[in-house]
Amino acid sequence: MIPLPETRRVFTPFIIPSLIALPVAGFGLYALWPLLPLDLWRVIIALIALIAFAAGNAAYLVWLERKVCAHIQCRIGPKEVGPFGLLQPLADGIKLMTKQLIVPKGVDPLLFKVAPLLVLVPAVMSFVTIPFSETLVARNIDIGLLMIFAFASVNVMGLLLGGWGSANKYAVISAARAVSQNVAYEIPMLITVITMVMITHTLNLRDIVLQQSGNMFDWYVFRFSASPLLWMSFLIFFVCSLAETNRAPFDLGEAESELIAGFHTEYSGMGFGVFFMGEYANIVIGCGLTSILFLGGWQCPFGLWPGWWWFLAKIYFLIFCVMWIRWTYPRTTLWGLLNLSWKVLIPLALINLLLTGGWLKFWPMLMGAQ
Amino acid sequence: MSGYFKDLFGGTKSLAVGLGITFRYMCKPVVTLQYPHESLKMTPRYRGHIELVGDEETGLPKCVVCGMCQKTCPSNCITLAGEKTEGAKTKSLTMYTLDFTKCSLCGQCVESCKFGAIDFSKDYNLAGPRKEAFIFDLLKRLEEKS
Ligand code: SF4
Ligand code: SF4
Repeated sequence: MIPLPETRRVFTPFIIPSLIALPVAGFGLYALWPLLPLDLWRVIIALIALIAFAAGNAAYLVWLERKVCAHIQCRIGPKEVGPFGLLQPLADGIKLMTKQLIVPKGVDPLLFKVAPLLVLVPAVMSFVTIPFSETLVARNIDIGLLMIFAFASVNVMGLLLGGWGSANKYAVISAARAVSQNVAYEIPMLITVITMVMITHTLNLRDIVLQQSGNMFDWYVFRFSASPLLWMSFLIFFVCSLAETNRAPFDLGEAESELIAGFHTEYSGMGFGVFFMGEYANIVIGCGLTSILFLGGWQCPFGLWPGWWWFLAKIYFLIFCVMWIRWTYPRTTLWGLLNLSWKVLIPLALINLLLTGGWLKFWPMLMGAQ
Repeated sequence: MSGYFKDLFGGTKSLAVGLGITFRYMCKPVVTLQYPHESLKMTPRYRGHIELVGDEETGLPKCVVCGMCQKTCPSNCITLAGEKTEGAKTKSLTMYTLDFTKCSLCGQCVESCKFGAIDFSKDYNLAGPRKEAFIFDLLKRLEEKS
């Protein structure tokens, strides 16, 4: 008989500690209420709300994804647990939390445990500066755009460490792929962001949205007076954000046919769940950023019912597009993926940058001369 | 260089076409059948295990116990017995068992019956915990049906 691989088993279903921790944390917050300054409370409450937002999104985006994919394939998708299968994410979550966490022998104990957090925490942190409406923002930072990209690069590190720490050949290969992909796509993405910053003159996300107030044609995608090439920036940015979040057709890190599950092959239970939450949080951030930069954030078209729900509507529309794209295209090859970045997106982004710079320089001069 | 742009535009166009196709399929009605809740009606030529055919009026088996089906079955699945009752013109069936574990659904028995007394059933939901569950007492099944 072949002996089973030796593993260290950790019998701690997440659900019991969290059931105890929640009331304790609630009471702690209540007791601390008069002790801490109000400004700090604002941050703490915003963080709790954002973590809940990220977790809820992760749960229900999985449901949405399954529904979209099912209908594209003329199926129904989840339908048994609750009406329209709406309780399915709850069942999945409970399942993940009660599962055993297996730490295989030979993994790097520290990196293996830290890696999922390194994916989730930066994603949640990025939410802090995202403005949901003019006043609804956890912390309005002047360098918000920069901060999000700084945190986005930590995400890659999480994938790399997760793959490396697993001491599994598939995980290492997949981590290496994810890094080469992220490095390749960060370049055109950042060049496009530079183009946008040249137009907006600010890194403050709230100010960028405020510049797009008015009707639909003041949104940067359609504002041809700012630069006639903004639709191209939008496309490049959207494609890059797909690749940055490792979504199909760029999901080489998770090539199930070749690499089992990619970098999270060795993770079980909530270890895998946290990676998953991080991935979906990153999708929300990518789509949120796209709608802030190009689709006018919370601005409403033609003055219809202004409010933060427009921002959410735009985000979920973009997420729907991301899912639609995922269930349309097959996965690219690594070669095709790098080719697309180095031969198409980077030259286009550079040309876009140059032309936009020229436009910004000479268009006002031409207009002024008349 | 022209090839580069041709690839670029051709590729982009094909991607858009692909998205259009999947969107159209998404709006189409669902085609899957929700199996335990709904099931398909089998086609007339579907071959399930064999079943005795009852007389339309009396509900008794049409079988006259000629034994042709038993003889013709290449796998010896069929065992039957009958007896002559007073006043009746033909023998009547007292036992008819089918060993479905050996049946290859060849259809020889159905073809050999000159009286139209057996036919294929449309039953495809067969499952059992052990082999003996597939030795069917067809006479009993017919009685239960009528
Ligand atoms: S179908 Fe063929 S194998 Fe099955 S009982 Fe009839 S004759 Fe025998
Ligand atoms: S061939 Fe037909 S009539 Fe003859 S024994 Fe078989 S079922 Fe009965």
